[in-house]
Amino acid sequence: MNLLGIIEEIEKVDPEFQDRISPRRAAIRNITSFGSKVAVAALPFAFSTLFKKAYGQTGTVPVNDVLNYALKLEYLEAAFYNAGIASSLAFSATEKSYLTTIQGHENAHVAFLKTVLSSAAVAQSTQGTNGVYDFTAGGTFPTVLSNVDTYFAVAQAFEDTGVRAYKGQAQYLVGNQVVLTAALNIHSVEARHASAVRLIRRLRGATGTKPWITGANDTGITAVNANYAGEDNLNQGGVTITSLAGVSGNVSVNAATEGFDEPLTSAQVVALVAPFGVK
Amino acid sequence: METENLIENANVNMARRSFLRYAGAGVATVGVLAAASCQKTYPPVADTPKGIDIGATGDLAILNYAYALEQLEAAFYINVSAQMYTGASADEIALLTDIRDHEVAHRQFFKAALGTNAIQDLSVNFSAIDFSSRASVLAAAKAFEDTGVTAYNGAGYLIQSATYLTLAGKIVSVEARHASYIRNLISPGSFADTTVLDANGMDKQQSIAQVLAIANTYLTTKVSASNYGYVAS
Repeated sequence: MNLLGIIEEIEKVDPEFQDRISPRRAAIRNITSFGSKVAVAALPFAFSTLFKKAYGQTGTVPVNDVLNYALKLEYLEAAFYNAGIASSLAFSATEKSYLTTIQGHENAHVAFLKTVLSSAAVAQSTQGTNGVYDFTAGGTFPTVLSNVDTYFAVAQAFEDTGVRAYKGQAQYLVGNQVVLTAALNIHSVEARHASAVRLIRRLRGATGTKPWITGANDTGITAVNANYAGEDNLNQGGVTITSLAGVSGNVSVNAATEGFDEPLTSAQVVALVAPFGVK
Repeated sequence: METENLIENANVNMARRSFLRYAGAGVATVGVLAAASCQKTYPPVADTPKGIDIGATGDLAILNYAYALEQLEAAFYINVSAQMYTGASADEIALLTDIRDHEVAHRQFFKAALGTNAIQDLSVNFSAIDFSSRASVLAAAKAFEDTGVTAYNGAGYLIQSATYLTLAGKIVSVEARHASYIRNLISPGSFADTTVLDANGMDKQQSIAQVLAIANTYLTTKVSASNYGYVAS
């Protein structure tokens, strides 16, 4: 391991890195292309500490806590798609291709977050029972790995909830170009997944399901009500969206709720994924 | 007004700091921020010879940047819905109309949130798009949505207010849902392919300069961001 080499690498993309790790660090300014440059550059054990020191703690939640929280959710999602694809579920070729794409991303997110966190990363083996999840959530979804519709319903809940989870953490990363931008770049991919899974369900006959979230829980599955709590919010930053002019008349309730995805706190999300074994 | 702008530019950091302190201390709502920013210490958005500028660095500039992009998207989908291309399925028509309504809601939200600080209504130029052609419309929609995602992702760190950052997050994931849907309409399964994602399975971000250079090709009212390193040519 060549720590000086690593720092040089970082300085190539972040000329102010030395300033950053010195006590007289000024306002956070940041680097670009964090994902493609820094993360790929085989980071050493010390990076986690340096990283934390350099990019620090914003708001009330340490950056590493935000990243480990994300990692736990990505572990769950990756394992879920790995299990689905390894199962005997009778997916169509198109469905399987969608799932394989998503599986690849979730595993890539795991690898990315583990690399960034380095020795501070929570081990997958700490999750579930020796790393094995209960995708039935304690029996709530008993057919999750034997019924394709159930599988996609759970997939949708995971993706929509993942979007909400990342969104809820943004506030702790204000001004942090490196970590916030990386988190946003994952956040929007989860939203792409959510839209795609919703489209699959629509094509499978859940015709009320759109690529976007209408009202609160639009899945028809009461067991996931809490995953969609608050999605029917009509007020954004003090503005009542349905009081605004739409194309004809005011913006509709559906458009007002579909047009804005809502965040969840980590406490809310942890409660939602605990039955699967996330700790 | 010009003099005020010059003074403001010289004191951008000071002004922004005190502004943020004010915004952070109070009730973090759009209404409050808009009201606070109406004070004369924060100048309205400047006109430029080439069109308009999103103004001095700070949250108002970023919100106006988003407002410009949402104006463009809303105008595009209003055109799409008004002259739906031939061969559109009922499902396509319904969901594209949904998208139009989302973009109009976004546009109207920023307009309301910014109040008197909002940039003017932008004039668009969609002559490069053949609205009678499904391929042309969907290709343009894909470009708008994908670019929108990179724009919000790239500007997120410039937003100082946690409230506004979260609001941007609420919108960008909807843009990503749109992008995914449009891409699946064009080619099923392309909702997040390697043309938009990197090797880590992540979307990419673009700077304000990069995004406005693209957006301006569809605008007759050119948008600049001189304090973020971009002046429309």
